[in-house]
Amino acid sequence: MKTTGLLTAAIAMVATGALAQDDHQLVTNGDIEIVTEAPAPDHVTGLRTIYSGWRFRESSLQEMQMDDFENPAIIAVDKAIVQWSMVDGAEGKSCASCHEDVEQSMVGVRAVYPKWNESAGEVRTLAMQINDCRTENMGAEAWKYDGEDMTGAEALISMQSRGMPVNVAIDGPVADTWKQGEEMYYTRYGQLELSCASCHEENYDNYIRADHLSQGQINGFPAFRLKNDGLVQTHNRFKGCIRDTRAETYSSGSAEFVALELYVASRGNGLSVEAPSVRP
Amino acid sequence: MAENVKPKVRVPKTAAAGEAITLKTLISHPMESGQRKDGDGKLIPRSIINRFTCDFNGQNVIDVTMEPAISTNPYFEFEATVPEAGTFTFTWYDDDGSVYTESQDIAIG
Repeated sequence: MKTTGLLTAAIAMVATGALAQDDHQLVTNGDIEIVTEAPAPDHVTGLRTIYSGWRFRESSLQEMQMDDFENPAIIAVDKAIVQWSMVDGAEGKSCASCHEDVEQSMVGVRAVYPKWNESAGEVRTLAMQINDCRTENMGAEAWKYDGEDMTGAEALISMQSRGMPVNVAIDGPVADTWKQGEEMYYTRYGQLELSCASCHEENYDNYIRADHLSQGQINGFPAFRLKNDGLVQTHNRFKGCIRDTRAETYSSGSAEFVALELYVASRGNGLSVEAPSVRP
Repeated sequence: MAENVKPKVRVPKTAAAGEAITLKTLISHPMESGQRKDGDGKLIPRSIINRFTCDFNGQNVIDVTMEPAISTNPYFEFEATVPEAGTFTFTWYDDDGSVYTESQDIAIG
């Protein structure tokens, strides 16, 4: 009964009746409080409350995120910790050479990504920034955008913001990109003519076949998906979603997905960074 | 040769004398069964952890013979009674001869 004891100790179960999503609270490792419910940010007019994807999952899956020992994503994070200190590239540097201890230097970073990079004059996702560091500062080869190395590094960096509120800027230099993302979110794609909003805003908490629809928040990415038995990035999931509408999908790292990621991330402003999360 | 093999254990910090505690162990290891084929159709040779043991203050608690059917990153969860304060020692034996160990102390209280 030990594992269910852990869950009941950390949850407040309330019979909501009307909603299928539960009322559980998420505390990881006994001390990191993860906010999974918040008032919707002003720029999201179609929702009143935002919920993390964690709230739509079965208890057995929710439990896996309450303890880093049970979280299968942590194995990839362990590998990334080793890689953090590995020298790579012409300059003979590792990530640690400039950023030193990841647990100190990367606090708060994930919470504000994607964001504007002034010198490059573009919106950057975490993966873009990592590759920029590698090619410009380390003289190393860029990693595949959604390869194992990149998702591991993203998970490691994101973990340092765990529990902190997502706070992605939507105004100033990113405004145009944000608007593009917003437009994409509400555009119907594919043979099935579904937009992101069709499922994630108008039908969250309903079931599509056997899937319990969430609001499509990305505060938990990179996520360990049981289906893939590995870490999955936001752009991977966007690709999957667009394929599900029977449309020709954009590719990981494309400008369209960067804009969409910026917009979708901002829909979660107020929720805690939950990465690396566990999802079905 | 398996790379990046890292053991992890979860042992309670304290226990009452005679209490049965739950131990959780995890080791990151590809556990190549020897049944898979690579892109060219050649068999990928077997390379697994073939034995896992746990000792407490020199006395054996569990000794598991592991077979190729066990999948990647083997996880073991088992119970042990703790008669006195001491050290749990966990050992994993790899096909290639490597031995990985991890240990954790436990106090009575």
